[in-house]
Amino acid sequence: MRKFLIALGIVLALALPGLAQDAGDAPQAEATQSEATGLRAVLQDYAKQIAKPSRRTIGPVIEAVAGSGEGASRFLQAWSDKRVGLRESDGAFFIVKKSGSEYELSDPVTGEPAGTAPKSDIKEVKPNSGVRAEIGVALVRFLLSDPDPKKRREALTAIDRNGEASHLEPLRASIPDEPDPAIKAEKQRLERLLTIRFGKDAEERVAAIDSFGADLGLDFRATLNPLVATTRKVFEGAPEGNVAETLKPGRDIPEDEAYAMLVSADLAPARISASEMQQALAAHVENGQVGGLPLAAMADPAKREEAYATLAAAGEVPTRLTDAEAAALVADHQFADIYAEPDPEVTAAAEAALTRVSRTVAGMQTVDLGLDALSLASIYFLAAIGLAITFGVMGVINMAHGEFITMGAYTGYVVQLFVPDYTLSILIALPLAFAITFGAGVAMERLVIRYLYKRPLETLLATFGISIALQQLFKNIFGTQARPLTSPPWLEGAWTLNDVVSISYIRIAIFVLALIFLALYLWVMRKTRLGLEVRAVTQNPSMAASMGINPDRINMLAFGFGSGIAGIAGVAIGLFAKVTSEMGQDYIVQSFMTVVVGGVGSIFGTLAGATLIGVLQKGIEWLNPSNTLAAQTYMILFIIIFIQFRPRGIIALKGRAAGD
Amino acid sequence: MKSGFLAKNPSVLWFLLILAVFTLGVTFLSHAYGPGAISTSMVKTLGKTLCLCLIAIAMDLVWGYTGILSLGHFAFFGLGGYMIGMWLMYERTRDIVLKSAGEFPMTPQEVNDAIGTQIFGVVGGSDLPAIWTFAGNLPMQLLFVVLVPGLLALIFGWLAFRSRVTGVYLSILTQAMTLALSLYLFQNESGLRGNNGLSGLQNIPGVSAGQDHLSIWFLWASALALGLGYIAASLIVSGKFGSVIRGIRDDEARVRFLGYSVEGYKLFVFTLTAVIAAIAGALYYPQAGIINPGEMAPIASIYLAVWVAIGGRGRLYGAVMGAAFVSIVSSWFTGGRVPDLPLGFYTIDWVDWWQVLLGLAFVLVTLFAPKGLSGLIDLFEGIRRPNRHGAPLGLDKGSFREEEAQE
Repeated sequence: MRKFLIALGIVLALALPGLAQDAGDAPQAEATQSEATGLRAVLQDYAKQIAKPSRRTIGPVIEAVAGSGEGASRFLQAWSDKRVGLRESDGAFFIVKKSGSEYELSDPVTGEPAGTAPKSDIKEVKPNSGVRAEIGVALVRFLLSDPDPKKRREALTAIDRNGEASHLEPLRASIPDEPDPAIKAEKQRLERLLTIRFGKDAEERVAAIDSFGADLGLDFRATLNPLVATTRKVFEGAPEGNVAETLKPGRDIPEDEAYAMLVSADLAPARISASEMQQALAAHVENGQVGGLPLAAMADPAKREEAYATLAAAGEVPTRLTDAEAAALVADHQFADIYAEPDPEVTAAAEAALTRVSRTVAGMQTVDLGLDALSLASIYFLAAIGLAITFGVMGVINMAHGEFITMGAYTGYVVQLFVPDYTLSILIALPLAFAITFGAGVAMERLVIRYLYKRPLETLLATFGISIALQQLFKNIFGTQARPLTSPPWLEGAWTLNDVVSISYIRIAIFVLALIFLALYLWVMRKTRLGLEVRAVTQNPSMAASMGINPDRINMLAFGFGSGIAGIAGVAIGLFAKVTSEMGQDYIVQSFMTVVVGGVGSIFGTLAGATLIGVLQKGIEWLNPSNTLAAQTYMILFIIIFIQFRPRGIIALKGRAAGD
Repeated sequence: MKSGFLAKNPSVLWFLLILAVFTLGVTFLSHAYGPGAISTSMVKTLGKTLCLCLIAIAMDLVWGYTGILSLGHFAFFGLGGYMIGMWLMYERTRDIVLKSAGEFPMTPQEVNDAIGTQIFGVVGGSDLPAIWTFAGNLPMQLLFVVLVPGLLALIFGWLAFRSRVTGVYLSILTQAMTLALSLYLFQNESGLRGNNGLSGLQNIPGVSAGQDHLSIWFLWASALALGLGYIAASLIVSGKFGSVIRGIRDDEARVRFLGYSVEGYKLFVFTLTAVIAAIAGALYYPQAGIINPGEMAPIASIYLAVWVAIGGRGRLYGAVMGAAFVSIVSSWFTGGRVPDLPLGFYTIDWVDWWQVLLGLAFVLVTLFAPKGLSGLIDLFEGIRRPNRHGAPLGLDKGSFREEEAQE
């Protein structure tokens, strides 16, 4: 009866490990508990095998222990860690801990302390590594159905990191009883990944691969990649193994490389290189002659071959394979890439899956690229919107615009020196930067620009003079090294859609800021008195003056407004780029390009210009990712050509608003 | 009333006289041909300044006379330098390679490979790019000095002028071109050693004379080029051609309606000045010894405009004065030879503050002295301009602008 019940317990434990403990509470199992005392009974029954475990016979024992209920996992863990001892006096097992000359004992079933024993009385059980591996598998089963969800997660992570074929069975067994739906989904995914690697036959593995479809997970790709890894091999006859591709020398691999492979596979002698030949020839110069030819003739490669052949025939130097002989050797052999995975069905399925995945990845990368381009466009837009007012509306070219951006960024830096809270400091820095650059803009307009409204080229030069003076001034005040402008903590990190698409919060914030400024600009220019007067003065200053508008004041305010926006853009740009005295320079040409390409005088033109330039730059960078310099070069070339076809920009003003 | 070229351009004789006296003076005070009162490095600085004066003349032609504010002429200057630099570097490296090879002769392929490794080792390459095909051929490279910048200017100018890009737009466009070119040259893939640039250009292959003599010879060459450039520029601006380009500067549309091909004139001046700039560059960089893409950054071209503006636009000697004055004063200030100015609470170190001073001086010149330094000559000669606040000048002087007329 007892044996039957134990056997029943084992069966239950095998089939439903998660239920095993619940089963213990069921009424019909209560008898088992009281009569046989689970683990203790198993230990008694298998005492001999446990004390002297061998890999061949241990299987049923571990299963019995694992299915024995309370204390099983503790005992298995201790057993695997070599902490189990046999008390020789009565043949009982304990979990032991060495302390001085004695062992502290604890009961294997309850885990409670069970006194001490002298060293001589305890025989430590030391399972070999094979047995420990078997125990480990059983332990995984326990961890996977541990009541603590954290432990189950840990077990999953461990398997994910370092999966083995033996994990597959316990993992499968643990899935049906998993109570937590999230962990269950993780287990199922892991089960499929392990099946791809260790499934029993090709059919099962291919099915597992196909079940993923075009999954974007990095773990899926990490599982597939080793399957399709290849090694390049040389064969004397037909290629053996799971052939990925046969290679034709000269087309798929260079002849030199093919020959080098032959050499390393000991299928061909190493060739004497041109420089070795030269050295050999140089060593055999006699009376100004080498191999019967004058030294001066050695400048000709053909003559060198000839001289070397003469020397070789005389036995003074080792013979050298001619190019034709080497080519014949290469042609006699087959070269192929061989998969590490021997099963062609699996590799075919894996290749197909990788193609599917890479197609999806490409799609997602396009989305990611689009987001990148959008954020770059909003940066250019922010940098250019101030210019859209001073240059676009007023027609004043301000080369010091970049320095106003720098000024804004330095304002942010100085505010952060005094206000340690990053959120608060940004909130202070934004209006302060506006105020400071507004003031600087107004001062510049009053002192310099208003004398030059009729001479635009000279405005360019004068503002350029201010630009170099300001730049050097920043250098003198703040030094040449980059200054930090730290973003508030809630702007750190990135919004991640999946393993491919992500965008940092700071770029989203800049995008939002750009939208806000677009709205602000539209509101100021279209809905306020100031905007009305600015437009009037732009179109016809003398008429505007006779209507009672003061053009001087309007020009001053408009210029200040444009400069102020540059200051705010500086704070925003400083949050992700380094703040140096030259940062404005990096944006000034692009900003002018943005305004010119978009169409002077139209804010939507500026928006379109920024989008075009942003998309273009990211697109070119994507085509040639290693080289952002090239991207900028080609972008500027594109703009120069673009202006050929639309000299007035994307959105050209027409009629009276177009001015001249 | 017909009068000769020199009578119409009295400045040419004066200019050539001063240039000749200057050149002879430097020669007989140098280490090579005299007591050595002027150090060799100073001779080089003076020689380089002459080259800068030459490009300033080009800038004055294109900006002061034709009204095109080009912010790209330093790119042509740099390109000219690169073209001659390629020959200098190739030949010198070849000498080194052949010298170190020993007596066993090398195949042409080996020589080429060795040169490639020597030159491109710094950027991790060893092959000579295709643009170096003619690097060993002096006449070809000299032709390239003129052809490459000339063609670039021709194509760019044709594109820009035919789509009627004018004024500040053109300035920004030329600036963009300069930026694109310098960014392109900054890449290692451009085949011109990326940001390392070309170096060792002060050694002229096949010439055994020392730097003392070489520097004087280059000074002569620069002076000759400057003199010829000045005469050529005077010829261009004094005849009918000069009147047309000044007309284009003052009112492009009117000149067009008079039947002149404005685009053709502009393109000619733009290309010609690009070639002059390239020649100046080809003389400058062997004296400087090193060229890298940083030299061609847009800022350099703007400084060129600054020199011409400070010297005085629309007069050839003004451009020369500006370039000479600013570059010499600038090297004086940045060389740390100007004593610091203690203010009690702060000491002004001119190495740091020179640029601020230059920037502000530039603003002041633009605002208050549009004639620049050359206005001093007017003052000296007692020439005054009528101050009519833009009112017409009268029948006989109707074609003059206010600042060109004399009272």
